[in-house]
Amino acid sequence: MHLRAFGAVIVRDLLLAFRHKSELVNSIAFFILVVSLFPLGVGADIALLRKIAPGVIWVAALLATFLSLDQLFRSDYEDGCLELILMSPHPVSLIVLAKIMAHWMLTGVPLTLIAPLLAGMYGLENSSIAVLMLTLLIGTPILSLIGAIAIALTVGLRKGGVMLALLILPFYVPVLIFATAAIDAQIAGFPVSGQINMLLALLALALTLSPWPTAVALKMSLS
Amino acid sequence: MIMKWLHKFSSPPYFYALSGKLIKWLSVLLVAFLAAGLYGGLVLAPADYQQGDSFRIIYVHVPAAWMSLFIYMVMAVSGTIALVWRIKLAEIVSVCSPPIGAGFTFLALVTGSIWGKPMWGTWWVWDARLTSELILLFLYLGLIGLYTAIEDKRTASRSVAILALVGVVNIPIIHYSVEWWNTLHQGPTVTKFDKPSIHIDMLIPLLNMAIAFKLYFAIALLMRSRNELLQREQNGRWVEEVLEGK
Amino acid sequence: MNRLEVKNLACERGGRLLFSNISFSLNPGAVLVIEGRNGAGKTTLLRMLAGLRSIEDGVVSFDGLSIEQLADAYYQQMAYLGHLNAVKYDLTVSENLKFAQQLSTVVSNIDDALHKVGLDGYQDTLSRHLSAGQKRKLALARLLCIHKRLWILDEPFTSLDKSSIAMFEGLIHEHVSQGGMVIITTHHPINLPDSILLRLTL
Repeated sequence: MHLRAFGAVIVRDLLLAFRHKSELVNSIAFFILVVSLFPLGVGADIALLRKIAPGVIWVAALLATFLSLDQLFRSDYEDGCLELILMSPHPVSLIVLAKIMAHWMLTGVPLTLIAPLLAGMYGLENSSIAVLMLTLLIGTPILSLIGAIAIALTVGLRKGGVMLALLILPFYVPVLIFATAAIDAQIAGFPVSGQINMLLALLALALTLSPWPTAVALKMSLS
Repeated sequence: MIMKWLHKFSSPPYFYALSGKLIKWLSVLLVAFLAAGLYGGLVLAPADYQQGDSFRIIYVHVPAAWMSLFIYMVMAVSGTIALVWRIKLAEIVSVCSPPIGAGFTFLALVTGSIWGKPMWGTWWVWDARLTSELILLFLYLGLIGLYTAIEDKRTASRSVAILALVGVVNIPIIHYSVEWWNTLHQGPTVTKFDKPSIHIDMLIPLLNMAIAFKLYFAIALLMRSRNELLQREQNGRWVEEVLEGK
Repeated sequence: MNRLEVKNLACERGGRLLFSNISFSLNPGAVLVIEGRNGAGKTTLLRMLAGLRSIEDGVVSFDGLSIEQLADAYYQQMAYLGHLNAVKYDLTVSENLKFAQQLSTVVSNIDDALHKVGLDGYQDTLSRHLSAGQKRKLALARLLCIHKRLWILDEPFTSLDKSSIAMFEGLIHEHVSQGGMVIITTHHPINLPDSILLRLTL
């Protein structure tokens, strides 16, 4: 019974996103744009670009995810569907997890798929690109999970904006560090399993710990 | 028993009266410890054989850095109490702490950077400790921003408590990852924030200063809490009595 | 037995006491009309009864258990319709209803519900193309196709015309005569037999 509701929320959110494509495209466009602006700023020296590629791509992915998160509960809050969802006979944290998963499928997955193209423009080798994609695959759901807490706390507020960055971005630091370190290690010819394992541990932690405070925060924002 | 005491202590009028007396006594203690610490640190302690007199800034920097974490813990503990038992006073303590914590964090950053100038020849180095402090400052600013953004003060306090708890889980991870990042990118350079085998003459003033900073925090926290309490309970009869009585 | 009981409920907002000492019990087959001037706290009270707003003072219990203890189980019995319709504009009428059903335990036919509220033939229309009144009717149809004993309705007649209001009153009557319970706030005089009506003034 709970599982059916879980699936229903995911299917509905995906359906809504495909009927309203602009939001889906926005964060991807932002990601591509930011990554393409860097060479214009630092010069087209391919050795330099290769060196900064992991950091630039990951920071851009971080910001793109952050920007897209604002929509996570916003429309459901505005039209009253959030109340409907919270007043269903299912654990709110489960429903929240479904919404976060849908969000990840709509941002994290496309970011991961588009990243090889951008990494190629920065002169990364194929083997490094594979590691980049792996880190994005494991790392982006962590970003959605952590960000959801702060989004839930501020869903009732009109003036999110800059404050939201302070609430969310500091928590992204470990993901950024381990993900870029994995790619750097691969480029330098070292094994990457340590960093990847750290990312997996962070994912497990975020999966278990973040839906609950998100649910509590949502209920609080609605009261 | 403990709950009974807690409820009595946390009743607003009782707290208001008691904290008023406490502030006076704590202030006396603060002056004593601060004087002892400053005299010991700036006059009695011998100059460092490597850094000369410039090391003396640790008497501000190190206690401030300790406080920046300590206050976060205070906030998280009172936040938990506020969430679980819904005690108003705990809410107030947890929302009055962040601005003081941000102040100490900022102080730790500034003094660290001033100390870095003669050592590294530059105001800012991406040292692990300084970077962690910088991120901690962002966390504090986020908490302050969240509290001011939410209109209903009870909801705001609980939101702050949740965010503080999320922070408590994350701070060790952030701290660890930053240290790891630092060793990765800087190689085995010696950071002078490493625990030195500190001489006893240097340690005693340091501890005095640490106690003085804690006292300052307690005083500032009590003052802010009293203020916040009066604002929140402005319709309560005891507030009227307090304001007219004096 | 299904029964909603409220004891000594009080609410404070912004340091001001909104209401206090609210006590009543509601049995199956009855409609409770909550009246009061603007700002008396009608919506706040309904949101507390719906479990959307935390209860600081007093007890709300259903079947003898407080709704905070019941948590998710309470929502198997209760449906809430607030100021917002909870209608997704980018979903069709039947997709909206189907989603509500997937979140519920006991459901009934969507087409029947749409027929009752007078939205026949709109099944595949995107909800954004409905008029304000029709969107409200869609929200009502949702109540009909998820089976809940207790309906909590906050100004349900907004943007409905006279004949639609009469239709809706009929549906409320039908619901309570089958053993349901309704708590309602409205600015319209409500046209139901006095035998099933209870009134509470804030």
